Amino acid sequence: MANEISEADVRRVAVLSRLELTDEQVRAYTVQLAHVLEHIHKLNELDVTDVEPMAHAMDMSNVLREDIVGPTLPVEQVLANAPQQAEPFFRVPKVLGDGGGA
Amino acid sequence: MDITQTTLIEIREAIAARKVSAVELTRAYLDRIEKLDGDLHAYDDVYAERALERARQVDAGQITGSLAGVPIAIKDNLCTDWGTTKNSSRMLENFRAPYTATAVARLEAAGAIILGKTNMDEFAMGSSTENSAFGRTKNPWDPDRVPGGSSGGSAAAMAADLCAAAIGSDTGGSIRQPAALCNIVGLKPTYGRISRWGLVAFASSLDQIGPLTHTVADTAAMMYAMSGHDPLDSTSANVPVPNYVEHLEAPIDNLRIGIGKQYMSDANDPAVTAAIQEAIEIYRSHGAQIVEVDLPHTEYGIPVYYIVAPAEASSNLARYDGVHYGYRSPSATTLAEVYYKSRGEGFGDEVKRRIMLGTYALSSGYYDAYYLRALKVRRLIKNDFDRAFEQCDAILCPTTPGPAFRAGEKVDDPLQMYLNDIYTVNGNLAGIPAVSLPAGFAQVDGRKLPIGIQLYAPAFHESKLLRIARLYEAATEYWKVRPAL
Repeated sequence: MANEISEADVRRVAVLSRLELTDEQVRAYTVQLAHVLEHIHKLNELDVTDVEPMAHAMDMSNVLREDIVGPTLPVEQVLANAPQQAEPFFRVPKVLGDGGGA
Repeated sequence: MDITQTTLIEIREAIAARKVSAVELTRAYLDRIEKLDGDLHAYDDVYAERALERARQVDAGQITGSLAGVPIAIKDNLCTDWGTTKNSSRMLENFRAPYTATAVARLEAAGAIILGKTNMDEFAMGSSTENSAFGRTKNPWDPDRVPGGSSGGSAAAMAADLCAAAIGSDTGGSIRQPAALCNIVGLKPTYGRISRWGLVAFASSLDQIGPLTHTVADTAAMMYAMSGHDPLDSTSANVPVPNYVEHLEAPIDNLRIGIGKQYMSDANDPAVTAAIQEAIEIYRSHGAQIVEVDLPHTEYGIPVYYIVAPAEASSNLARYDGVHYGYRSPSATTLAEVYYKSRGEGFGDEVKRRIMLGTYALSSGYYDAYYLRALKVRRLIKNDFDRAFEQCDAILCPTTPGPAFRAGEKVDDPLQMYLNDIYTVNGNLAGIPAVSLPAGFAQVDGRKLPIGIQLYAPAFHESKLLRIARLYEAATEYWKVRPAL
């Protein structure tokens, strides 16, 4: 496990997270996240061999129901909150060429 | 006497007996909001006309039910198909949800009147309500201090009598901690007890909706109206819902109260330690057996939580892409920029911090070391509770180490802010119910600041938990003390 997080790590994670950060934010997050991760390293004190991971608080899995078509929202209602739309589509700027790499 | 200085149960009796009309009562609360909330900022939005219209329907007998005419407030992360659901975030400032949360729909079906939506830490991430994009909420007990968070608006609205009952959401303590800091009863139900449909997702394996009220009986009434299976939330439990109100005063035989020794730290405020001692004496006087229980993994709760919650948040918040709904940066000229700039500008500092932390913990090369390890320790924390509940009916502990802290005191130090939830996060990780109760006051700089005690119970034991809470409340009645406003 890494002992600290570098500015380069923070920039890499910002890309994975699709977040544009200022240089000042990168510097601040590097310090703050390092501090938090240091506390999280406390988990290394424990021996967790053979412990079953717990992703969910309740013992349930695969909740099934009959495959019956229910009511759905009308298209205009779904699009009502879109920043830009051209019914029945969501409208976005250029995707290909310079707009790629999204 | 001001008719807003009352309880939900008293309101129901007064309306049923026609001593007060729902319109008069709703107006009284709206007037008080008008007078006080410009300064407190408990509400993000107030819907006066809609509330009055519903009150008129209650008075005309068109709306009936167990909560008919009760003016309530709901947290701004609960979707309603009217008004906005902002999450106290620029990202959702103009978001108008196309549907209503099940918990909210059930409260309205029971006749409740929604006054407005309350301020919160953006996306429920925080313990002080300072992370709201629309400005902080003041603690009615001391305006220089925070009301707690993330449901700080709901707790402050309750403390200032700007509603008769409120609901919030609790992912790591976001109902109980503000309740403790504002002298309010706050309950986080068992995971799955109340449908999460229409609750804006933060960490889906931890989030629960719950009430904030003046009394245990009021909490019982709110819980009864909201609980139960919902086909729209496959994680809501198909477990029968007992009538919490009817059972509240039922005696408890052979009561055993556990004291978690890991919660009785020297770092706790002396007033908190004294409150636990007082509670122990009260339970003893009811014939309860007091047993010390060992919860050896307690201190690992915060590290586990700050992997699990941000990891789930990083995934849940991926949906805010500037395309389908929410904020889009006006300066974005390509699709990539729509993503990067809309998220960079639309989310506040803490939300971005947690998305980054979660993404880091889940990223290639770190998953096993952080996320998988955290899930294993989460199991150990749950095992601690399972073993402890073999010896007791409920575990008594503080809700927070001390009273409300000053605004600005912890904003630049995320870890210190996170550590405020040290006694509450484990309940979410284990999925068990917990209630915070008004437990007296610490004297700080010549001011009375509320503190809370907390009771944990096994999953789906809310009915017994409320009865145990009621014993303490009946002996203390700290809830009756109101801040000077």
